Amino acid sequence: MNFGLSGEQVLLKDTIRRFLAERCDTSRVREIMESDTGHDPALWTELAGLGIQGLIIAEQHGGSGQEMLDLALAAEELGYAATPGPFLGSCMATVALIASNNDAAQARWLPDIASGAVLATFALSEIDCEWDPARMKTRATGSTLSGTKCLVPGASVADVIVVAATDADGPGLWLVERDAAGLTTTALSGVDMTRRIAQVTLQDTPATKLVAGIDAASRARDAGLVLVAADAYGGAHRCLDLTIEYASAREQFGQVIGAFQAVKHQLADLATELEPALSLCWYAAHAFDRLPDQAERSACIAKSHLTTIFDRATRVATELHGGIGFTWEFDLHLWFRRAMFDRGFLGEAGYHRDRAADLAGW
Amino acid sequence: MDLTYSAEYEGFREEVRSFLASNWTDEDRASTPPPEGAAVLMGAVVRTDDRATAFRIKAIEQGYLYRNVPRRYGGGEQSPDTLKETILQEEFRKAKAPWEIMGQGPSMLVPTLIECGSEAQKERFIRDTLLGKLRWCQGYSEPGSGSDLASLRTRAELDGDQWIINGQKIWTSNADTADWMFCLVRTDPEAPKHDGITYLLIEMNTPGITVRPLRQMTGDVDFNEVFFEDARVPVTNMVGARGKGWSVSRSTLKHERALIGGSQIARRMFDGVLFLAMSLNTRGQLAIHDAAIRRRLVELEARLLASEYHGYRLLTMSARGEAPGRASMVTKLYATSLNYDITQLGMDILADRGLLGAGEDHAPAMGMFTTAYMWSLGILIAGGTANIQRNIIAERALGLPRDPVMSARQSA
Repeated sequence: MNFGLSGEQVLLKDTIRRFLAERCDTSRVREIMESDTGHDPALWTELAGLGIQGLIIAEQHGGSGQEMLDLALAAEELGYAATPGPFLGSCMATVALIASNNDAAQARWLPDIASGAVLATFALSEIDCEWDPARMKTRATGSTLSGTKCLVPGASVADVIVVAATDADGPGLWLVERDAAGLTTTALSGVDMTRRIAQVTLQDTPATKLVAGIDAASRARDAGLVLVAADAYGGAHRCLDLTIEYASAREQFGQVIGAFQAVKHQLADLATELEPALSLCWYAAHAFDRLPDQAERSACIAKSHLTTIFDRATRVATELHGGIGFTWEFDLHLWFRRAMFDRGFLGEAGYHRDRAADLAGW
Repeated sequence: MDLTYSAEYEGFREEVRSFLASNWTDEDRASTPPPEGAAVLMGAVVRTDDRATAFRIKAIEQGYLYRNVPRRYGGGEQSPDTLKETILQEEFRKAKAPWEIMGQGPSMLVPTLIECGSEAQKERFIRDTLLGKLRWCQGYSEPGSGSDLASLRTRAELDGDQWIINGQKIWTSNADTADWMFCLVRTDPEAPKHDGITYLLIEMNTPGITVRPLRQMTGDVDFNEVFFEDARVPVTNMVGARGKGWSVSRSTLKHERALIGGSQIARRMFDGVLFLAMSLNTRGQLAIHDAAIRRRLVELEARLLASEYHGYRLLTMSARGEAPGRASMVTKLYATSLNYDITQLGMDILADRGLLGAGEDHAPAMGMFTTAYMWSLGILIAGGTANIQRNIIAERALGLPRDPVMSARQSA
């Protein structure tokens, strides 16, 4: 019985935190997010140097063969630092490839994903808030795909896109390369400038079928849910830290505002909601690898719960900062906007609560 | 991360199971009455009859109960091992066997005596308290001193080798059945308020003590008022030094928070509420098929699971000897708010059936949920109100400054 991080995991987390504090503080975050692509290839390469992209990729494919918990710790740190870039889509595409059991595709793409040489993403969402891989309207005929994918993270900078679609045999996953004919990516103006999204349209686009069925796509989605939950925990934690710092320094009525009970109680409530929620994240990540019966439902519960808390954290933080918290110059909106992304990406909290109720057989 | 127990611990679990199988029989289980009052929330076996006492003595000899109390005072004396502790609690609960006595004596007084008591006090009180032969109540709160406990005014004046006590205590659980009270009294009214307090042990049959039952909103009587009128207590019944009662009592309060902070009550209530939702019809539809109820159930389950996994995390930290800090300071507020919200959903599922009270045959589960709803409000207050918990979390866990007004009055 051991529900805690290993020494290596603590080291991983510390290493990422120190790296991001040094190489990607919020002024650098702003430069990247205000660039055309919202993506810094040099930073991406450095992250690959730390082994982030290859964390869950097997050693034979150039990764370090770690678990979802390790990747979730990385997601938490990226969330804490509001790191811009295509991390989420890359992780989901990686899980899709691993779960596809397609040896040829794994050998072709995983080593380059791990090294940072190739950027992959995962295209799931379709019109009218559809995130269920069993209900994809994007059609595969022969070796081409046609359809529209709505909110694809990092698609504008991706070299390859793993697409959830349906053919005559039912749902499955296909892989599309950047230069494929009939592929159009249209960058969308999103609320979160640190994680860009694009619409992807496919018109008789050549594609390679990776695997039939919904299992691999479901795994990729569940991984996304766990990683969004971890990002939300990291972001909420940063909001709490920033607000404690501000409330300990800002003076009004002749004292620091953190000495007022109204302020204390809001922060205490936030800390009280947040502290146990970390364990919900860890559990969902652990279940993803080790408790197959609980993996899907744990991911739903973690995503819906943590994104709700992140949302509340950004509200409390902004309120307690007062006017400064509503300005562009102050950094809080970075997390406010990330909370808005986390809340909607992969489907809203209510959708995943409904799924959790269904999965329990209620 | 590994949620299974190693072979050593599985072996220990087997050993505990076979002890329980041969020492607490089906007949013992069948003769155990269901819990009443607040014990309903805990699901505790509250027996203290001879059979239960004989069982506890054997379990203590095995080192299964009161593991942190030395053998010479009647404890199990084992090196701390939170995993074994958890296995014991799980197995005893499954076997519906008597666990450690729940009251404030074993959970609050005993740790205080071990830390601050004289040798004579330890020998005289601990063993019988652990077996439920001596029952205790806690004399802390007063009508004018609740959250601001250190403002208490019950006086004790020294007269030769006796303290003479005058004043009043309130919210005293079990004062009507207790043999003794551990009590905070003011012995030096001139000293700064924390320095004038002394910790005394008072026998409840002392002349000059009157106990008056206090009926709470549930309609049950679990609390009392206790009046002292020239009640005389031997000076040897003082724990720690004169004027040091506040710090003597601090270790006790710490233990009470740990007692109330667990997630077992929330789990029992959640399972009960889920059962209600699956069995009660409201206007032709099972409550569990109502979209809003389903979502609320998942929201509450998320908080409950967070609380349970958080318990695993605290357990791991404790097994590794890490200081839990913030992680443990939030548990009481988290669990008690969660309990309230769970029982509130239960009330919404009951709908108009929530008009029916405890013991009513026509009420689902005999009206148990309406009582649980009221109790869940009570435990938000017991052991430090929610707002006092928030102060503690903000100041000690988040490092925010003390309220200047409170600090000024505290040291006055």
